[in-house]
Amino acid sequence: MAKTLAQEFTKGLWEEIPPFRLVLGLCPTLAVTKSVQNGIGMGIATTFVLVFSNLLVSLLRDVIPSKIRIACFIIIIATFVTVVELLMQAFAYPLYLQLGIFIPLIVVNCIVLGRSEAFASKNKPVYAIADGLGIGVGFTLSLGVLGGVREVLGEGTFYGMQVFGPSFEPFTFMVEAPGAFVCLGLLLCLMNLAGSR
Amino acid sequence: MGDIFVLIISCIFINNILLAQYLGVCPFMGTSKKMETAAGMAMAVIFVMVLAAVITWIINTYFLVTLNIEFLRTIAFILVIASLVQFVEMFLKKSIPALYAGLGIFLPLITTNCSVMGVCLINIQEENTFVQALISAIAYAIGFGLALILFAGIRERVMLGRVPKPLQDTSIGLVTAGVISLAFFAFKGMV
Repeated sequence: MAKTLAQEFTKGLWEEIPPFRLVLGLCPTLAVTKSVQNGIGMGIATTFVLVFSNLLVSLLRDVIPSKIRIACFIIIIATFVTVVELLMQAFAYPLYLQLGIFIPLIVVNCIVLGRSEAFASKNKPVYAIADGLGIGVGFTLSLGVLGGVREVLGEGTFYGMQVFGPSFEPFTFMVEAPGAFVCLGLLLCLMNLAGSR
Repeated sequence: MGDIFVLIISCIFINNILLAQYLGVCPFMGTSKKMETAAGMAMAVIFVMVLAAVITWIINTYFLVTLNIEFLRTIAFILVIASLVQFVEMFLKKSIPALYAGLGIFLPLITTNCSVMGVCLINIQEENTFVQALISAIAYAIGFGLALILFAGIRERVMLGRVPKPLQDTSIGLVTAGVISLAFFAFKGMV
């Protein structure tokens, strides 16, 4: 255990920040980032699932037979996704409607399964929580940034507030499907530029 | 008959699962570097997606709804898809080895392909009848295959060009996908 808890946490914020460094979990990234609010909401839901599934997988890592581990991980993850779904239905209903089928689809978000397999199944619970939290916060930040760029350009608002004057013509391309792909591609390019220095 | 035609066209082109609904983007980026892998993935998805949509529809209608346990839908669906993929893999290995050799490595990847689960959920959400669910699953799967194969063709060409270093690989791939998505966007006014 060479790394400290803080290192496990912060690697999710830059070194391995999803979805830029780990190119996983692209579907929710593209689909829900029409606005900052949706992006962050999705990020928080994913973080919740990541932290708790990492914790449980890590606690059970000696009990789960390695042959059927993937199936076990998926059941654990699906359980927490159901918890999140019900929680959001109860406490954040408008957001729940906005995110739609992408909440149940957290189950098949490769980031969550990837962390269970690559990290939580080999490390102590405390480290697994730090890892899940770091990756989750990194994911939330990425979604927030992507959502911010798309919302400001596509709607002329940021978190629902007007940023430009009334003469601003919204760049609708950005909030539609093609804009999502192009925007993520260009952000990835910027990240590569910043990282290569 | 006319309704079915509209449904097919709208699922393949207008609501294309990849380019308009953003489902299944991970395998889309992962398997599109070569035409053969793209074609293999497309075939595997068509196969599994149709089976999964039919089975989850039956389970949802006759099991989850009648027993009032719809909140277990996520768990039930993912289990069905995961075991279906396993089962299909074993079945093909035994009885159609030629097809297994072709699809082989792509089958296990499909469990985490969100387009399969997505189509099952869309069918439930739109309250499709059995026939509608079956047809839209086939059409969505064809749409996925079409987009994947088109994209692989373009990506092979792009790899030959001189791409600036920071833009390489996934980055230029996403921008290319954006351009194809723009082309599919033009279908939006059709129906």
